[in-house]
Amino acid sequence: MEFGILVNEGPYQHQAADSAYLFAKAALEKGHKIYRIFFYHDGVNNGTRLTTPPQDDRNIVERWSQLAEEHDIDMVICVAAAQRRGIVDPEEMKRNGKDADNIAPGFRISGLGQLIEAGIKADRLVVFGD
Amino acid sequence: MSDEQVTKKFLYVNRKAPYGTIYALESLEVVLIGAAFEQDVSLAFIGDGVYQLTKGQDTKGIGVKNFSPTYRALGEYDIQKIYVEKESLEARGLTLDDLQHLVYEDEDDDWAEKDAIKLVSAKELGEIMEQQDVVLSF
Repeated sequence: MEFGILVNEGPYQHQAADSAYLFAKAALEKGHKIYRIFFYHDGVNNGTRLTTPPQDDRNIVERWSQLAEEHDIDMVICVAAAQRRGIVDPEEMKRNGKDADNIAPGFRISGLGQLIEAGIKADRLVVFGD
Repeated sequence: MSDEQVTKKFLYVNRKAPYGTIYALESLEVVLIGAAFEQDVSLAFIGDGVYQLTKGQDTKGIGVKNFSPTYRALGEYDIQKIYVEKESLEARGLTLDDLQHLVYEDEDDDWAEKDAIKLVSAKELGEIMEQQDVVLSF
């Protein structure tokens, strides 16, 4: 089966980000595919490479980046939600005249259409949120 | 690859009050963008989500934009099914009269203006959910 995954909550604040990751990992281990992981609301904060969690804790952002790299997963951050919360890629930095970017490897910023497309194309869309 | 257009049944479930958190506003943004994809779209309002549709919202005191007029545009986006859960409305002492009058034009009925809001019981809403392909919960 091919899954779409929607992550609506930020890392550490809420378990949704952990559950989404564990679900994605388990699905891949069972031989399922992931069409796309879409990050919305505070979920966009899963995609900043500037987090520094305590060393004895899981690194949620790095964990996503590794998963994307190992399994070639499309991880998309909603542009409108990202602009509100300051998640920036080099293109957004230029476009909005910011002095830095902070997007983590494996993530890209795009529009909400990517979420709807995931709903249409994937066999199931699984939502992780509050 | 076939060019055949896939139409899926999308249900957006709105569970949160319009202000206090951004879920309601950002959910509405998904609905409006999603409308361009010509899917079979329904909206449901349950729990505190029913407050999203109330008339006379005034946000001056909290310095947040009042986005409630945007719900009136849903008809123009051809969104014809807006389900409001009866029990949630009643539990909050609200009736249909407290909600905005949302309409759409029915192209199968000479563009007659029809009510978009349908009051449904929790049981009926459960059945509606079961018929969906994609349920987005906000």
